[in-house]
Amino acid sequence: MSALAHLPALQVVLPLAAAPLAVLLRDRVAAFVLVLAATWAAFAISVLMWLQVGESGPISYALGSWAPPWGIEYRVDSLSSLLLMLVSGVAAVVLPYSRASIEREVRQDNHALFYAMFALCLTGLLGIAITGDAFNLFVFLEISSLSSYVLIALGRDRRALVASYQYLIMGTIGATFIVIGVGLLYLKTGTLNLADMGVRLQEMTSHRPVLAALAFLTVGISLKLALFPLHQWLPNAYAYAPSAVSAFLAATATKVSVYALLRFYFSVFGETAVFQRLPMEDFMLILALAGMFVASTVAIFQRDLKRLFAYSSVAQIGYIVLGISFDSVTGLTATIAHLVNHAVTKGGLFLLLGAVMAGMGGVTLARVHGLGRVMPLTAFGIVLCGLSLIGVPGTAGFVSKWYLILAALEKGQWWLVFLIVASSLLAVAYVWRFVEAAYFHAPRADLAAVREAPAGLAIPAWTLVGATLWFGFDTSVTVGSAARAAAMLLGAGTP
Amino acid sequence: MFAHIWSHFDYWAMIFLAMAGLFIVIARGNLIKKLVGLGIFQTSVYLLYLGPAKIVGGTAPIVDTAFKVYSNPLPHVLILTAIVVGVATLALGLALVVRIREAYGTIEEDEVLRRDAQPAGEEAPQ
Repeated sequence: MSALAHLPALQVVLPLAAAPLAVLLRDRVAAFVLVLAATWAAFAISVLMWLQVGESGPISYALGSWAPPWGIEYRVDSLSSLLLMLVSGVAAVVLPYSRASIEREVRQDNHALFYAMFALCLTGLLGIAITGDAFNLFVFLEISSLSSYVLIALGRDRRALVASYQYLIMGTIGATFIVIGVGLLYLKTGTLNLADMGVRLQEMTSHRPVLAALAFLTVGISLKLALFPLHQWLPNAYAYAPSAVSAFLAATATKVSVYALLRFYFSVFGETAVFQRLPMEDFMLILALAGMFVASTVAIFQRDLKRLFAYSSVAQIGYIVLGISFDSVTGLTATIAHLVNHAVTKGGLFLLLGAVMAGMGGVTLARVHGLGRVMPLTAFGIVLCGLSLIGVPGTAGFVSKWYLILAALEKGQWWLVFLIVASSLLAVAYVWRFVEAAYFHAPRADLAAVREAPAGLAIPAWTLVGATLWFGFDTSVTVGSAARAAAMLLGAGTP
Repeated sequence: MFAHIWSHFDYWAMIFLAMAGLFIVIARGNLIKKLVGLGIFQTSVYLLYLGPAKIVGGTAPIVDTAFKVYSNPLPHVLILTAIVVGVATLALGLALVVRIREAYGTIEEDEVLRRDAQPAGEEAPQ
């Protein structure tokens, strides 16, 4: 029983403790086993907490027994439990994959460090989702960011170094903006506990420092979540990182930042302060639409598949933010459901691209010619994920787009429905680029003998592809949790 | 008016440092100078926390009847953490610059981007 009461702390502490131990072990097999154990344990804990939150409401955990709002509080409610499950679930799938993948892509003496960084990154991402303390959130954000810069720099291409450097500059500016925002809120309210801050801010939402804090936090978090036009770091970072890292970051890092944005907007500032007194609805709507169209269009003209799908990620972030801009329960349900659906889809897609990288030696469109013939299963998997990005019925992407369209209709904005469908057509165009290369060209002579990816790469990748299809049919986990979380954020239902 | 500005001089210092740092990050092409700018930008935020935490005539929070006015220690502790984060960021950034220099032979951003524009051994466009 006592261990059960400490689940929220264990959720973060297990991967955190695994990281330095993995460095000390130095042996890549031992480090892998250790981090794998910590990651799977973290996933098990997050599922347990998700069930517990579903049954008996939010969990509040006072770290070190210092009662909130003085001490740091870990708070697990319907939104954060879903995020914790998503992040640790993706990590639990990507880590076994990374063992076979980094064999080919990372120098062998760096493997133990890779696992240590992976564990640290997981710690940071889980920490952001679980903490109820504004400054703690910043620290976890930096833990996850610093470790992801290292993970990206482990890529074999020298451009990975530049991508990592650029991400470091942009990411640090974003994080510093977030500290400025948190600092201003702390000066105004005298508290760092998010819930307490939310209560105290209600009387001063129109004070100038509070508005400045809102601006700083919006820009800072938008940098982290790659909202158009602050997405410049993302394509290179995803394209040149090792495949396992691309998959993990694409599936989780930006999603957790979306969570931070939701948390600040709805739990701290409150929905009225952000959306009813300020023109944030229009502002976010315009940026979301710009992201959807510009990034999708840019994606069509990429020659490198990893870059192509990285730009598609920026476009999908557009859909996620579009849901926020509706400021309604249906809109937020779409946002949160798309958060999960896109994470699973893009994670699976990048894992499959890693398998292609292993077989064909690269993922430029010219190189994957005839992929449908030499690696039929992998090519088929990529097409399935592509269909989910487009939003074809039967895939996860359809479900979240359906809710987006419902939310638009609820607001009476029928022209938005038209735009959502039009941007999906752009997705058809970029997915078609892959289909054309993979199925309508003969493989290059030197690559004709390539065989299907080994099981170590294929099984984790197909787990996520399977989840993409599963969430297209059974929406009880995704949409069910998302609807509960959306109702909680807008204060319309039980938490 | 002047007194009003003067009474908040720590904020003005903070704003100046933040803008100077951010300007260096944007305007300089040298990768190390960019990191210096980033460092200044991060450091300026420490002032935002520490300035208001200072109470004139305040002591450390000692529980004793002799001391009535004391400063809140929490902002200092927070900034201690932020300093650690800043040091880690700077160290990682410099390590990356070392690796970039090894791989490209330069630490000028323009030069790095130019050398990537016509990379050796890359496939021809289809």
